[in-house]
Amino acid sequence: MNVERRPAVYGLMAEFADPDGLIRAIRESRQAGYRRLEAYTPYPIEQVSEALALPRSKMPLLVLAGGLIGLAGGYYLQYWVNLIAYPMNVGGRPMHSWPAFIVPTFEMTILCAALFAVLGMFALNGLPQPYHPVFNVPRFAAASRDRFFLLIEAADPRFDRSATAEFLRRLDAREVAQVDD
Amino acid sequence: MATPESALPVPQPYRPPVIAPGYTPGTVTDKISAVVLQRTPKWWYLAFGLSFCLMMVFLGAVTWLFLKGIGIWGVNEPVGWGFAIVNFVWWIGIGHAGTLISAILLLLRQEWRTSINRFAEAMTLFAVACAGMFPVLHLGRPWLAYWLFPYPNTMGIWPQFRSPLIWDVFAVSTYATVSLLFWYVGLIPDLATLRDRSKKRIAQILYGFGAMGWRGSAAHWHNYESAYLLLAGLATPLVISVHTVVSFDFAIGIIPGWHSTIFPPYFVAGAIYDGFAMVITLALPLRAAFGLQDFITTRHLQNMAKVMLATGLIVVYGYGIEIFFAFYSGNQYEKFMILNRITGPYHGQWLALIVCNALTPQLLWFRRVRTSPVPLWCVAMVVNVGMWLERFVIVITSLHRDFLPSSWGMYRGTVWDWATFAGTIGLFLTLLFLFIRFLPMISIAEMRAMTPGAQGSEFPEAAE
Repeated sequence: MNVERRPAVYGLMAEFADPDGLIRAIRESRQAGYRRLEAYTPYPIEQVSEALALPRSKMPLLVLAGGLIGLAGGYYLQYWVNLIAYPMNVGGRPMHSWPAFIVPTFEMTILCAALFAVLGMFALNGLPQPYHPVFNVPRFAAASRDRFFLLIEAADPRFDRSATAEFLRRLDAREVAQVDD
Repeated sequence: MATPESALPVPQPYRPPVIAPGYTPGTVTDKISAVVLQRTPKWWYLAFGLSFCLMMVFLGAVTWLFLKGIGIWGVNEPVGWGFAIVNFVWWIGIGHAGTLISAILLLLRQEWRTSINRFAEAMTLFAVACAGMFPVLHLGRPWLAYWLFPYPNTMGIWPQFRSPLIWDVFAVSTYATVSLLFWYVGLIPDLATLRDRSKKRIAQILYGFGAMGWRGSAAHWHNYESAYLLLAGLATPLVISVHTVVSFDFAIGIIPGWHSTIFPPYFVAGAIYDGFAMVITLALPLRAAFGLQDFITTRHLQNMAKVMLATGLIVVYGYGIEIFFAFYSGNQYEKFMILNRITGPYHGQWLALIVCNALTPQLLWFRRVRTSPVPLWCVAMVVNVGMWLERFVIVITSLHRDFLPSSWGMYRGTVWDWATFAGTIGLFLTLLFLFIRFLPMISIAEMRAMTPGAQGSEFPEAAE
């Protein structure tokens, strides 16, 4: 028996020529009850994030945590070195000379916060991700140039291969393509 | 009842656009990525070849240094800090304009920065790489440079955290790391564009690695923008701190002319002054070579020239205050230092410094100088030289005649000093030519967002 292996469907993707078309399509899709939506744009657009009702980014909290870790770690390193690991009495000057520790503490704060910002952004976005089904759509190469895409995932409870495709076509999409998984 | 004031339209002064009219996200992408994806222009081979030869001078000078030790340089008692520190401060200062443009101007919503930030950030990275060479080579045993970092070792010793030289290690290494991260994060969407547009398999694979699978998802942009803004917020105090810490190398010491509270702001202003001069020095030829006048417009030249003029005046104020406080302090060593600096054996360098840094930039008061590329380039070049002279005068004149006349001496750079310095210029230019050949020198994603209508029609003012 030779059954042809048909790829599973990841979702349906509609292409738009301008941001307005994409924003309108997101609003109408959400109104129609679709929730597993994803938009692809060649540059950040505030209204797209708003239309998708994206939750607040967790980045600021992550960066704050990184900064505090750097601050505490940087200061404690110097405290530990100068008072515990390698105390050196030079002319009876105080061991815990905190003003001299401020510069390395500050630099460590910035360094850790910046590392958390970049690595945190990668972690939240799931990067690096060498493979993603959207790249199976040939037209998707234009997403990094001047095209705007809306994807409705097959995992959406209201997803129906033909009804959803019909719905997307009615939204003035230039083209609707199936995304194979 | 009168209309509330906030409801009245606020008259806006006319601002020339930051990007020439008629561009769309597609054409912006084509134009900037074409610089990378087209065939290598012939002049690039020539320019890269010359820079590479100059970098080989660096290799030669460093090899001889490793074989013979720093005795081949002009440093000796009483001037123990010669060209190495002069060049270190000069290079690291040049880097500062890149961070200022990419971070501080982003927070201040200066949209014109978008055309020049990528390339200025690259300049920062390469300048910091050149700067980092000098303190390490100056160690005498450069292969033990890692001893500067606090790590558990079998010797059971730790760095001296109370020393400005260790602060420098923390400041400069943090600065290099954060600048690299900021630059790379900005590059990711553009690397994705190059991945999608290049025709060659090898380029697709390499750009694809760099892009990390970026696909422009709105949820990703959401976190990305937040991270980018936070990085800008972190880089802003960082850049101020770096040259402040560099100035502490001098100001914490008790040498006449160094032990001064004016040093941190004076150094930071000087760094931005010189950095903008270097951005202009590099941007004008590149803009002409690649025909990017539509993106780096006259408005950019004007703005950069104005920043140079403003920071230049702060630097001149610093010169004035140095002289004033030498006399106001009533300290005979400080007074002697200033008189010796102006009339002593290095008076020629001091005079050249004043001509380069204080007098020449006054030409920037004229709009015609600010808007015509050739005169502007010449002024910027003079400032580059002037800021090098400034660091030379600060380092050498204070050290060569300090408290005891019996320990006075003279300093001059040897051929190896000059070869090392010229070699780092070669290193800088080599990296720069590689960068403009293989990476987009203007941020494509950010430029797309600046085109008319890019933010959707509900915010027409954003498309201005």
